[in-house]
Amino acid sequence: MLIDWFTVGAQALNFIILVWLLKHFLYKPVLAAIDTREKRIAAEVADANTKRAEAQKSRDDFQAKDKAFDDQRATLLAKAVDDAKADHDRLVGDARKEADALRASQQASLRDELSALGAQVRRSASDEVFAIARKTLADLATVSLEERMGEVFTRRLRQMDAQSKEALGAALRGSAEPAVVTSTFDIPGAQRAAIQNALNETFSTEVKVRFADSDTTVCGIELRAGGQKVGWSIAEYLGALDRRVGGLLDSQGPGAKPGAAVAATHVNAAAV
Amino acid sequence: MNLTTDQDILWQHGFAKLNLTVLTTWIMMVAMSAGAWLITRRLATGAVISRWQATLEILVGAIQEQIKELGVDNPGRYLAFLATLFLFVGTAALGTIIPGFKPPTGSLSTTAALALLVFVAVPFYGVRAQGLWSYLKSYTTPSFIMLPFNIISEFSRTLALAVRLFGNMMSGVMIVAILLTITPFIFPVAMTALGLLTGMVQAYIFGILAAVYIAAATRSPTPKPAPKAAPAHP
Repeated sequence: MLIDWFTVGAQALNFIILVWLLKHFLYKPVLAAIDTREKRIAAEVADANTKRAEAQKSRDDFQAKDKAFDDQRATLLAKAVDDAKADHDRLVGDARKEADALRASQQASLRDELSALGAQVRRSASDEVFAIARKTLADLATVSLEERMGEVFTRRLRQMDAQSKEALGAALRGSAEPAVVTSTFDIPGAQRAAIQNALNETFSTEVKVRFADSDTTVCGIELRAGGQKVGWSIAEYLGALDRRVGGLLDSQGPGAKPGAAVAATHVNAAAV
Repeated sequence: MNLTTDQDILWQHGFAKLNLTVLTTWIMMVAMSAGAWLITRRLATGAVISRWQATLEILVGAIQEQIKELGVDNPGRYLAFLATLFLFVGTAALGTIIPGFKPPTGSLSTTAALALLVFVAVPFYGVRAQGLWSYLKSYTTPSFIMLPFNIISEFSRTLALAVRLFGNMMSGVMIVAILLTITPFIFPVAMTALGLLTGMVQAYIFGILAAVYIAAATRSPTPKPAPKAAPAHP
């Protein structure tokens, strides 16, 4: 007999016990572990989705802030550039003004120096010319320069044009003070008498004259009365020389016009 | 040489006896329970698990999925019975590779016990799932004439379950034993491997057939009426 019914019963009981054992030790724990893991994974996935959404939101916020920051930076940069350009223009303008003022000051200083130099040159030239002329006249004609100047002065008095003569005569008559004859040298008595005679004959009256030395008259003789004057001096020739020298300096140096300043010192027979 | 391990009696007291079939069954029970306990005592619920745990999860999950594919509504309710059937028969077949081990499934008593348990479990689950009357009524489908045939079918398939498993397992062991006496080298190894394959296939067949029977018994013979649509208001 292949079937032993006691064994059948025992094996059925054994199998039922085995079902219970495996259910307790295998199926339940494994299924519980699977369920727990699935729930945990689902929770982690949900958490990851939440974090991803938060990260996305944070990234969007950051990008918006970054864009706002860039815009603000660009605005500030543009404003800074504009301000810097304005400051640059203002500083350049100020510097240009200062440079112009400095250049003008330098030009004025240069003009003053040229004027002083011109005056010095005139003084030296006239002295030299005076000395040379006196030496030359003395050597050649044995006549002193003072005598020749006195002769020239008296001839100029006699040869005055009518208008000048009338104006000077009116001045002599209208002035209570005596006319003043100034010279850079002491006029000898003979020449004083010759000048007095020339005045008396020219104006047909006894003209009161006072002789005086002058430091301002440049090597010459000058008569002043009532705001009128007549005379001769080397300054007239020096004036012409001075104008030519001034013109030459003007052509060589910008802004320097020493001739104009020097010409103002000319003394001639015109009314003061 | 005994045809079945039932005849290898180790201890007997009257009707009660302890034979090799029961002893190997006990050894298998202890090994399977102890192995399950050792593996499942420290189950990890995190993302990283041990290889043994992964193996068990794959095994249990695959069995549950297989039962579900057969049309069983609630596979978790029948998992313990069907999975234990498969694991028991499969472990017995796997044990044949151990020299001297005689699987308990090579005994007609054991296979008969398993078949009887299926024979009892099918109406038990059927009645629990659809009620006594509905289950009994399923024997008369598709017509009342089929009632005796259905009853005969219940017994015949139980007998077929028992004899099929017994025949396959017993023949495998017998063939290896006979070949060992003829050609003790190489060839018995090949036959043992073939027997292992046959045993695993038988385990699968036994478990699947039991699942099919239970699925047929628990499935309602008449489809559930669809819920009526709400009447349209004029």
